[in-house]
Amino acid sequence: MPNETKYNNSSLKRKLSLWEKLYLPEVVHGLITTFKHIFRPKFTRQYPEERWDPPASFRGRPVLVLDDNGVERCVACGLCSRVCPPLAIEVRASETELLKERYPVVFEINMLRCIFCGYCEEVCPEEAIIMSKDYELAFRDPAEGIFGKDKLLVPKASVQERLDYLAKMRN
Amino acid sequence: MVIEALIKIAIILFVVLTAVSYTVLLERWISAWIQDRIGPNRVGPFGLLQPLADVLKLLLKEDITPLLSEKWFHWIAPVISITVAFSVLAIVPFGGNLTIGSTVIPLTIASGINIGVLYIVALTSVGVYGITLAGWSSGSKYSLLGGLRSSAQMISYELTLGLGLLSVVMLSGSLDLNTIINSQAAGLWNIVRAPIGFLLFFVSSFAETNRQPFDLPEAEPELVGGYHTEYSSMKFALFFLAEYANIITASAVITVLFLGGWHLPFVDKLGLSSLVTTIVGVGAFVLKVVGLLFVFIWVRWSIPRFRYDQLMNLGWKVLLPLGIINIVLTAFEKIYLVN
Repeated sequence: MPNETKYNNSSLKRKLSLWEKLYLPEVVHGLITTFKHIFRPKFTRQYPEERWDPPASFRGRPVLVLDDNGVERCVACGLCSRVCPPLAIEVRASETELLKERYPVVFEINMLRCIFCGYCEEVCPEEAIIMSKDYELAFRDPAEGIFGKDKLLVPKASVQERLDYLAKMRN
Repeated sequence: MVIEALIKIAIILFVVLTAVSYTVLLERWISAWIQDRIGPNRVGPFGLLQPLADVLKLLLKEDITPLLSEKWFHWIAPVISITVAFSVLAIVPFGGNLTIGSTVIPLTIASGINIGVLYIVALTSVGVYGITLAGWSSGSKYSLLGGLRSSAQMISYELTLGLGLLSVVMLSGSLDLNTIINSQAAGLWNIVRAPIGFLLFFVSSFAETNRQPFDLPEAEPELVGGYHTEYSSMKFALFFLAEYANIITASAVITVLFLGGWHLPFVDKLGLSSLVTTIVGVGAFVLKVVGLLFVFIWVRWSIPRFRYDQLMNLGWKVLLPLGIINIVLTAFEKIYLVN
C-alpha cells in the first residue's frame, strides 16, 4: 500500500505535548481568546446611517461630466460604446450651433449590464465619462436600470476628486 | 391541585417559550461580539423585537413535505422533539416553597416526584427519536446520515451522562431533585464535591443537545443541515425551538444537579422573610441558568467541530473510563469524607 507510507509518516505530524494532549487546557485557552474578543471594538459599519466614502480610485457608476459653463464634455465619438465589454453603452450623435458642434442626443448606459471595468473612462479622449463614487444602485424594474442623460450628467465639481486622480495617474 | 398545576404549566410554558426565542437572540448577539461584530440591533430597541420578527417570518413560510418522505413520521418528528424538550422542565424545581398565608406551593410543575433523575435520563433518551425519525422519514441521504449520527452519538454519550449523574446520586443518596438540592444547600455544591462528575455531565450535555463541538447531526459542511434539511416553515421552527429548549433544559438540570439549584449561600442567614427568600431563590436559579446558557453559546463560537472518529474515541475511550473511575472515587469520597 503506497498511500499508507505517505500518510502515516509520523515525522510530518507535530508532536503534541502532554499539556496539549489533555485537550481541556487548550479548550480553556480558546475560550479565553474568544472572551477577550467580546470587548474589542467592532468592525461593523451601521450602513444606512454611516456611509462609506470611497477613495478616488474607486470605480462606481459611470457618469458624464458637465463643464462649468453648462455644456457637456461628450462629443459623441462613440469610443466608449465600442470598447464597452458588455455592450452597455448606446450613443447617438447630433450637431449644435456651438463651437464644439458634436453632442450626444441619446446617451444611455444600461446599468444592469455595466461591469464597472472603467474602459469607457480610459478610452474617452475628452475625459467626459468618469467613474463616480456612487455605489448605491438598486432598481425595482429592469427599465429603471437604463440610465439616460438626465441621470448621467453631473456637474464637474462633484467629480473633481476623480478628475484630479486621473490627471495624477495619467502623467 | 390540578388548577395549581395548570397555572404553573401555563406560566412556565410562556416563560420558557419566550426564553427560548430570546436565547436565539442571545446566541446571535454573543456570536457577533465574539466575531467583532455588533449583532441584531434593528428591530425594536437594541434589536429586542428580533425574535418576534423571526417567528413571523417562519410562520409565513411555505410548509414543504418532500414527495419521497414518510408523511406521518415527517410530521410527528418535530412534535416529539419539542415535547420531550419541554417535558423535562416539568420536574425541575425552580425555587423553594412559596408560602402564601397557610398554603404552601412548591415551585415545580410536578412536585413530589421522587425519581426525578431517572425521569430526566429516560426523557432525554426519547428525544433522540425525534431527530432520528426526522432524518429517516425525510427521504434524503443527508437527513438520514444526520439522523444516524445523532442516534450513534446519543447512545455513546448517554452512558457518560448517566455515569456523571450517578456520582450526584451517590453523594445525595436520592433520585429526588429536591433532596439533591437540599443536600447541596446543607453542604457544598456538587460541582465542588464531584468535579469530575460535573465535567462528564457537562461535556455529554453538549453532545446530548447537539451543540458544538458535538453538532455532527447537523454538520453544515458535510450534511447541508443534517436531520432538518428537508424541513421548512413552522416544522423547522419546532426543531429550532427544540434545540434551544434543550439547551435551556440542560442548563436547568445542570444547575439543579451541580450548582445547588435555587440555593444561594448565606441568604438564609440574612434573616429575610420566607417570601423574599423564595423570590431570591428563583432569581438565583434564573441567574445560574442564564450563566450556563452563556457558556453553551460561548463554547459554540470558540471550539471547532470534532471529526466523527474523534467524537467516538473521546466518548468511548476517554469519557467512559473516566466515568467509571469517577464512580469509584466518589464512593471513596462518600465513605471517608462525607460520612
